[in-house]
Amino acid sequence: MGFSFHYFANPARFMRASGKVLPWLTALTALCLGVGLVGGLVLAPPDYQQGDTVRIMFIHVPSAWVGMMGYTMLAAASASALIWRHPLAEVAAEAAAPLGAGFTLVCLVTGSLWGAPMWGTWWVWDARLTSVLILFFLYLGYMALAGAFDDAARGRRAASILALVGFVNVPIIHYSVVWWNTLHQPASVMRLGGPSIDPSILWPLLVMALGFTLLFLTLWVVRMRTALIRRKIEALELAAADAAGAGHYRPVTAP
Amino acid sequence: MRGLIALIRRDLALALRQGGDAAIAVLFFVLAAMLFAFGIGPEPGELSRVASGIIWVTALLAALLGLDRLFQADWEDGTLDILALSPIPLEMVVLAKAAAHWLLAGLPLLLATPLVGLLLHLDTASLPALIAAMALGTPSLSLIGTVGAALTLGARRGGVLVSLLVLPLEIPVLIFGTAAVSAILSDRAAATPFLLLGAILAGALALGPWAAAAALRQALE
Repeated sequence: MGFSFHYFANPARFMRASGKVLPWLTALTALCLGVGLVGGLVLAPPDYQQGDTVRIMFIHVPSAWVGMMGYTMLAAASASALIWRHPLAEVAAEAAAPLGAGFTLVCLVTGSLWGAPMWGTWWVWDARLTSVLILFFLYLGYMALAGAFDDAARGRRAASILALVGFVNVPIIHYSVVWWNTLHQPASVMRLGGPSIDPSILWPLLVMALGFTLLFLTLWVVRMRTALIRRKIEALELAAADAAGAGHYRPVTAP
Repeated sequence: MRGLIALIRRDLALALRQGGDAAIAVLFFVLAAMLFAFGIGPEPGELSRVASGIIWVTALLAALLGLDRLFQADWEDGTLDILALSPIPLEMVVLAKAAAHWLLAGLPLLLATPLVGLLLHLDTASLPALIAAMALGTPSLSLIGTVGAALTLGARRGGVLVSLLVLPLEIPVLIFGTAAVSAILSDRAAATPFLLLGAILAGALALGPWAAAAALRQALE
């Protein structure tokens, strides 16, 4: 195969390529989110039972998808960091975790806001809700473990193993509504026999899902670039301190 | 296999001669369960309704207690390096550690369960089901805990961190453990939660030592 991820595993090449792609990615994200929001909040008809409350779905469902996709990306990046020791894969994994945690939190909060009027309660201990909450804690555990070592490289490697262990939860989330008969509605878009949602609501939902995915990718690239630049600054400061012979290294404070 | 048994015996001998670890876990188990009796109120009907859940939660927390020291001493004095260089696979070493942890922190909890059940007015009809579920579930807790202990080896605040990592992964054991007891009481299909507990144990037995050994190799690098 001509195209290879290994080719882009070089940080310098990644910086060059991502710098060219980033403006286009940002524009596409803005376009998708704009079209999706207008489609979902203005054009789509209110639900015959739920009224305008159904519009929460256009945020809730895409953020749930991206929260799970983010963990899959985190696990994939962690696996390639452990297998091939790509310097970029660790940066990618560490950059993905807070993003995924953020999207999962948005999913939990919007779900709770939707549940209050529709189910009559902010929270139920249903299989889907519980497994998404566990996903959120797995993200937090990853971030806590990655930052818990004096040797940052060791922390990243330990966290990579944790990310792989926690991946067992992702299929459980997806099938939780199939395996257990719960309050949360079953899958209605990605299912055998085609989606069971009306096209007038389905198209804004799919555009929003695409927009959220692109938003995740855009922010991911930005975070990776920031992390690489920060590493470079730290290396330069270390070299400068060495050259000055002062022997005192003042760490770069986070911006 | 002989190496495995020798390692388990070594860990047991070390723990028993120093004394404490197993006793502390059981003591914590009983004391924490007692706290619930004060927190919820001494009314027997109310206590017996939630007793099996309380016993599961406190047993799960008690099993966390010794985890941060599981590999610590061996790592500090270099024993772990020797074990990693020995012909015994590191996965087997981890399995021995998990087995020793269960014998020291899991089995005593099982033995103390009738006593705690008595204190919390646990329905005597559900006691055999609870003990059977715990016998099937606590080895999973030890195996998952070993992964957490290996991952946090050498971390700052390792003790707190290990519970943060391990607790979300142990939630399924708790869910099906308590479901097993309530299924027996209500005559529902009681086999399902037991089968799921067995499935979790089989999965943890296959994947846990492998993940923990990978984490130990990172720590030894």
